[in-house]
Amino acid sequence: MAEIFNEMQDKSGQVRSPYLRVEDWLKTLKRKDVERAIQEAESRFRRQGITFAVYGDKEAAERLIPFDIIPRVFAASEWRRLSAGIEQRVRALNAFIHDIYHRQEILRAGRIPADVIIQNAAFVPEMMGINPARGIYAHIIGIDIVRISENEFYVLEDNCRTPSGVSYMLEDRETMMHLFPELFAHQRVAPVENYPALLRKTLESVAPPACEGEPTIVVLTPGIHNSAFFEHAFLADEMGAELCEGDDLFVMDGALYMRTTQAPQRVDVVYRRIDDAFLDPLTFRPDSAIGVPGLFDLYRAGKVTIVNAPGTGIADDKAIYTYLPDVIEFYTGEKPLLKNVPTWRCADPQSLKYVLDHLPELVVKEVHGSGGYGMLVGPTSSRKDIETFRAKLKANPKNYIAQPTLSLSAVPTYTSSGVAPRHVDLRPFVLSGDRVRITPGGLTRVALKKGSLVVNSSQGGGTKDTWVLED
Amino acid sequence: MLGRTASSLFWMSRYMERAENMARLLEVGHRISLMPGAIEGHRDEWRSTLLSAACEQTYAQKYDIITAQKVADFLIFDESNPSSIRSVIRTARNNGRAVRTALTRDVWESINATWNELVAVKPNELTPDRLPVFLDWVKQRSMSFRGAVLGTMLRNENYYFSQLGNFIERADNTARILDVKYFILLPKASDVGSDIDMHQWGQILRSVSAHRAYRWFYRNSGYKAWLVAEFLILREEMPRSLLFSYSWICTALAGLAQLHGKRYDIHQQAEDTRDNLRNGRMEDIFQSGLHEYLQHFILSNNQLSRDIGTTYNFP
Repeated sequence: MAEIFNEMQDKSGQVRSPYLRVEDWLKTLKRKDVERAIQEAESRFRRQGITFAVYGDKEAAERLIPFDIIPRVFAASEWRRLSAGIEQRVRALNAFIHDIYHRQEILRAGRIPADVIIQNAAFVPEMMGINPARGIYAHIIGIDIVRISENEFYVLEDNCRTPSGVSYMLEDRETMMHLFPELFAHQRVAPVENYPALLRKTLESVAPPACEGEPTIVVLTPGIHNSAFFEHAFLADEMGAELCEGDDLFVMDGALYMRTTQAPQRVDVVYRRIDDAFLDPLTFRPDSAIGVPGLFDLYRAGKVTIVNAPGTGIADDKAIYTYLPDVIEFYTGEKPLLKNVPTWRCADPQSLKYVLDHLPELVVKEVHGSGGYGMLVGPTSSRKDIETFRAKLKANPKNYIAQPTLSLSAVPTYTSSGVAPRHVDLRPFVLSGDRVRITPGGLTRVALKKGSLVVNSSQGGGTKDTWVLED
Repeated sequence: MLGRTASSLFWMSRYMERAENMARLLEVGHRISLMPGAIEGHRDEWRSTLLSAACEQTYAQKYDIITAQKVADFLIFDESNPSSIRSVIRTARNNGRAVRTALTRDVWESINATWNELVAVKPNELTPDRLPVFLDWVKQRSMSFRGAVLGTMLRNENYYFSQLGNFIERADNTARILDVKYFILLPKASDVGSDIDMHQWGQILRSVSAHRAYRWFYRNSGYKAWLVAEFLILREEMPRSLLFSYSWICTALAGLAQLHGKRYDIHQQAEDTRDNLRNGRMEDIFQSGLHEYLQHFILSNNQLSRDIGTTYNFP
C-alpha cells in the first residue's frame, strides 16, 4: 500500500499551516483534561438522546457514536478547490437524473449502456416525464470523499437518496464550542450552524406550483425505531417544521394534509426520510405501513414536492458510479474536478477475473449495499474471510464492484495510547434549490481502530468536528 | 399541532404518573411484608397489590403462586408486563422521544436520564433490602419529570395535553386503589376497629402518600372509612383525590378551548364529573354503594380518555 498522508504533519514532522493552532493546543492538553472532556461530551450526547440504533443488535439497541475531540482542519484554499469540484458534481447529478427521467440523451449518445439504467432496481419508471419544481431531484446530497495526498481527493460514493449524518456535523461543532471555547477565539472557523436555516430556504424554494403563500414543510420519518430518528427530530425542530409519520398525513380533494388537533392543515413540501419503496402504497410497495396513500399522484400533479424526489437512487447506485466521470463531462462540458476511484465491475468477466486474482489487495462492495455491511477489505482480512468472500463473489458477480485499497489520509486522534493518526473520510452536505449551497466542512468519520479503513459508525467508526478556516 | 404529538404528550405523562403510582403500591406491599408474621393475609397483600395495579390476570398467566420476589419482579422489571415500571418508563420515554421537539430540554432530559439510569439497574441486584431505595428513586424521577413540566413548559397545547394525561391517570389510579383495598381486602367485620384494621386503613392512605396529610386534615378523628373515602374522593385539598384530578382536567380542557376557540362535548362531560364531585356527599355515595360508585367513575374516566383522543385526532 502507498504511503499514508498525514493531514497534520508532513514527513519531516513539520506541522502544516492549518493545524498550527491545533498543535499548540494539543501540547497544553493534559490527559485528565481530555478524559474529562470526553466524558462530558458523552454525557451531553447521552442526555440529549443523540444515539443511533444498530440493526440486528438487540443488546445495545441505542449506542453513542464515539466523538473525537481533535478537530480536522482544512485551509480556505483547500476548501475552495474541493467545493468547486463538489458543486460541479452535484449539478451534473441533478442534470443526469432529469435526463434519465426525460429524453435519456445520455443513453442515446451511448455513454452509458441502456441496460445499466433500465434494468437497475434504483430506476423508478413512474418518474418518467415528471417535472419537479426547478428541475431539481436530489436537493440534499452527501458526497463521501477521501484524501490520499496533499492535492488528491477521490469521491468514494454519492448519496442522493436520504443521506444522514448532518446532525452529527452540527452537534460535533456545538460540543467543541462548549468544551473548548478558547480554540475558537484565536482563529476564524467557518460556521456550520446555519445549515437548518439553509435547508429550510432550499425546501421553500422548491415549493410546488400549486402552493400559494409561505409553504408548509414537514419532515416525514418512519418513526422512533429508525436508526436516524434523532436526526429527523433534530432537523424538524431546527427548521420549525412538524415531524410526521405516514399516518399523520392524508390526501383529500387533490391536496396533502396533516391531521392536527384542530382542522386539517395543508402541506406543500415533504422532506421525507423514508425510502422510495415505502412512500406510497398505492404506487410503490403495497405493504408499506409507513407511507401516505396517494402521495405520488399529488406529486405527479405538482400539488406537493417530495424531497429528495423518488428515483434519485439511479444517480448514486454503485453500478452507475463508474460512469460518473462521463456523466459530468456530458452535462457540464468540463473535465471532472474531483476524481472517481478506479472501479472494476464484477459483472464484466475480465474484471471479475482480475478481482478474483487480486482479492487480498482490493476492497469489494455490494452494488446495493450501504453502511459498510457486506464488504471485504482485502488487506486487513484473514485468508479465511477472503475465501468465504470469494465464494460469495463467484456465486453472484453482478452484485459486486471492486476498488483498489486507498490509503486514506490520517488525522491525529485521541486513542487509549495517546494521540495517534487514524484514517478519515469526509461527507460534505450539499443543498440544491434556487442555488447550490455547500456547508463549509461536513462530517468527518474516523476509523478508531489502528490501521482500520472502515469509518462507518456501524463498524466502530467515530466522528470529528470538521473545520474550514477562513482567510 | 399534530394529533400524534398531542397523543404522545398525553401518554408520556400518563405513563410517568403510572410509574410513580406503581412504585407507591409496591412500597406498601413491601411494608406489609415486613410486618410481624402474626399478621395473616401477607400473601393477600401482594394479591391486592396485583389487583390494584390491574395486573392480577397477566400475573396469573405467568405464575401459579404469589411470592414477594415474583410479584416485585413482575411489577418492576418484566418486559412482558406492559404495566411493569420498566415497561411504563420505556413507553413514556418512547412517547417523549417521538415528540422530542415539543418538549423543553429539561423535560426531555429528565425522562431520558430516568430511562438511562433504569436500564443500568440489574434485577438480581435489587434485593429486598434495596427495594425501598429503588422505589424512592422511581418516585423522585417521576416528580422530577412533573417538576420540569410545571416549571419549564409554556402554557400551550403541549402543556395542556400533558396535564390531561397526568390527571386522567391519577384519577384512575386513586379510584382503583380505594376500590380494591377497601372492598376486597378489608378484614372480616369482627376485626373492624382492631390493630389489623388500623394497618389496612393506613395502607390505603400510604398507597396515595396521604397518611400524614390525613392526620393533619382530620386531626383527632382516627381512621374512619367514611373520612378516608371522603378524603380521596371529594376533598379538593388532597392532590390525589378524584375532585382534585378533575379540577385540573377541567382547567387543561378550558385552556385548550380557549386556544382553539372551540368547546366540545368532552368539556361538558368533564365539568359535569367535576361538579358532581364538588357537590357530592359521602352519605349519598355510601348509600348507593361505594364499590358501584367507584366502578362507574373508572368507566366514565376511561370513556373521557377515549373521547379526548377522538376529539383531538389522536392516531
